[in-house]
Amino acid sequence: MLYREAGDFKTTYAEDGQTFPIRLDRLGYYAILAVAVLVVPFVINDYWVNAVFLPFLIYAIAAIGLNILVGYCGQLSLGTGGFMAVGAYACYKLMTSFPEVNILFHIILSGGVTAVVGVLFGLPSLRIKGFYLAVATLAAQFFLVWLFNRVPWFYNYSASGQISAPERTLLGVNITGPSTSAWATYLFCLFFLIASAWIARNLTRGAVGRRWMAIRDMDIAAEIIGVNPLRAKLSAFAVSSFFVGISGALFFSVYLGAVEVGEAFGINKSFLVLFMVIIGGLGSIFGSFAGAAFLVLLPVLLKNVLAGGLGWPTDVVAHLELIIVGGLIVGFLILEPHGLAQLWRVTKEKLRLWPFPH
Amino acid sequence: MPDQVLFAIEVTLNGLMAGVLYALVALGFVLIFKASGVFNYAQGVMALFAALTLVGIMEGQVPFGHLINVMFGTEIHGFGWEVPALAAIFLTMVVMVFFAWAVNRVVLRHLVNQAPIILFMATIGLAYFLEGVGDLMWGSDIRTLDVGLPQGINEWIDGVTYRALGYGFFIDNLDLVATVIAALLVTGLVLFSQYTKQGRALRAVADDHQAALSVGISLNFIWVLVWSIAGFVALVAGIMWGAKSGVQFSLSLIALKALPVLMLGGFTSIPGAIIGGLIIGVGEKLFEFLAGPALGGATENWFAYVLALLFLVFRPQGLFGEKIIERV
Repeated sequence: MLYREAGDFKTTYAEDGQTFPIRLDRLGYYAILAVAVLVVPFVINDYWVNAVFLPFLIYAIAAIGLNILVGYCGQLSLGTGGFMAVGAYACYKLMTSFPEVNILFHIILSGGVTAVVGVLFGLPSLRIKGFYLAVATLAAQFFLVWLFNRVPWFYNYSASGQISAPERTLLGVNITGPSTSAWATYLFCLFFLIASAWIARNLTRGAVGRRWMAIRDMDIAAEIIGVNPLRAKLSAFAVSSFFVGISGALFFSVYLGAVEVGEAFGINKSFLVLFMVIIGGLGSIFGSFAGAAFLVLLPVLLKNVLAGGLGWPTDVVAHLELIIVGGLIVGFLILEPHGLAQLWRVTKEKLRLWPFPH
Repeated sequence: MPDQVLFAIEVTLNGLMAGVLYALVALGFVLIFKASGVFNYAQGVMALFAALTLVGIMEGQVPFGHLINVMFGTEIHGFGWEVPALAAIFLTMVVMVFFAWAVNRVVLRHLVNQAPIILFMATIGLAYFLEGVGDLMWGSDIRTLDVGLPQGINEWIDGVTYRALGYGFFIDNLDLVATVIAALLVTGLVLFSQYTKQGRALRAVADDHQAALSVGISLNFIWVLVWSIAGFVALVAGIMWGAKSGVQFSLSLIALKALPVLMLGGFTSIPGAIIGGLIIGVGEKLFEFLAGPALGGATENWFAYVLALLFLVFRPQGLFGEKIIERV
């Protein structure tokens, strides 16, 4: 049968708790993974990688990270851009200080550094809640960007104040630097995305994730049933910043190659990732993917249709884009406050009953 | 008196003036937050939009002229007349009231009873939307706004302080005017909310939506009213900042300056917004003056936030915010 649990017997607890309980979902998931790993690298070119795939993969990691904090633990954060900058600069410092170490470890380590910084800025969350906390995380945003702008040690005293990624290889293939090939950077980021999603999914459905959700739903009640708010909140900040840091490191080293901190990791970046999480769906890993895909594809689409198709000047298109993105966000919140993930969930429920809905 | 002390006093005075402008933006936030529980991120963009509209009307520019030219291949640029400042301010106010009405009609009515974060997100979306509309309507060039406010150094204060202290204080006339206008505005708002029927209704709504509804106060009307007042405050802030540094995109970023002010003063308190604004204004100017050179400058970007953050750790609801009572 199509899309039914019928005939799909579960005999162990592990099977009962799996992420995709329906066989068709499971097959679809494997199919998407197979296409992403085995087919896409052979057909993509530079344009597709730079315009669509790399931003999508990297923002999806950031969105997963932010979703853990906002969607699962309920701590609103507007400091994502700043934390991405921490990841990027940590990666840069590590790459230039220890050139003999593999880039893979540099990126993971920069995630670790960001996690530490995230915990530091997460400390006020024990006292401050809601909007006050959201504004407090802006302190992280502005302070970190200022720090990387003003302290020359972070950009190795370069004259331009920019940081640019030196050439690094993995298994003999160029990953960063000017002469990379599309498939290599794509696969590298894809690896990090799959790993992040896998870790995030398993964290959020385990004991840690339940603690986060208890805090999100009602922190005082959670405290009464024995959830330690200090550990729950700070672990959420740590894990979230870890992923955000990794995405920042990838954003700098693999995608852009050279960044200027105020431009690449400004407040707009924080909002962009937050929009992804909200449009995609709070508290859903799938939602992070959907939101990132939506907000990466939309500007590309608009630019191609309006500037390429109709031949309008780019400034008009840029303004229209602002209007459309803003309007879409408001529209989404009115029509489906739980985001694309909820739409998908509803569709799946309908599919399960189809064609006899009663 | 030693020079350093004199400089510090001058910096403090200028900080107070800057603080007034921050407070002016923060005021718009507080008004809306109190009455509808919406944390209106779009307040800064509203100030930008109001200032843009004012300039556009004064110069007799055709709204959406650029877009119309692009779509239909026409060549229109202006009506060819100029509108006097007062009439233009009035017309801009009409636009802001219409905007307030539209926001309530299209956005807020559909989001009643949603979580605060959803409402907050909606206003961020609104900010993007309004920014796009403003640019599309009036173009995105930097404009100068001149509604006849005095500008430049105040000679009188300069002279008096020079004779008394041997060092002339530099105080911008515009800042003085802004302070006076802000004081008038706040007095007006207080009088309005204390002594008029609508003001009383407004406070009732701020206190308790349902109770206000049950005694026959129209929530719709009050919300439109509050957003209109916030639009008016935004217009005043837009005029002040626009006259100071030109009407351009960075004007919308004053919203970000107002946020720490709000945190410090509390989201629900009008006096809090003003005192918070003054503290932030003085604090960041003094800090830049004392520690800026040692730290590499431009500390104004983050000092307000860090100050507010440290402050909040000790008093989570801000200086004058309502005490947060939590029940399970």
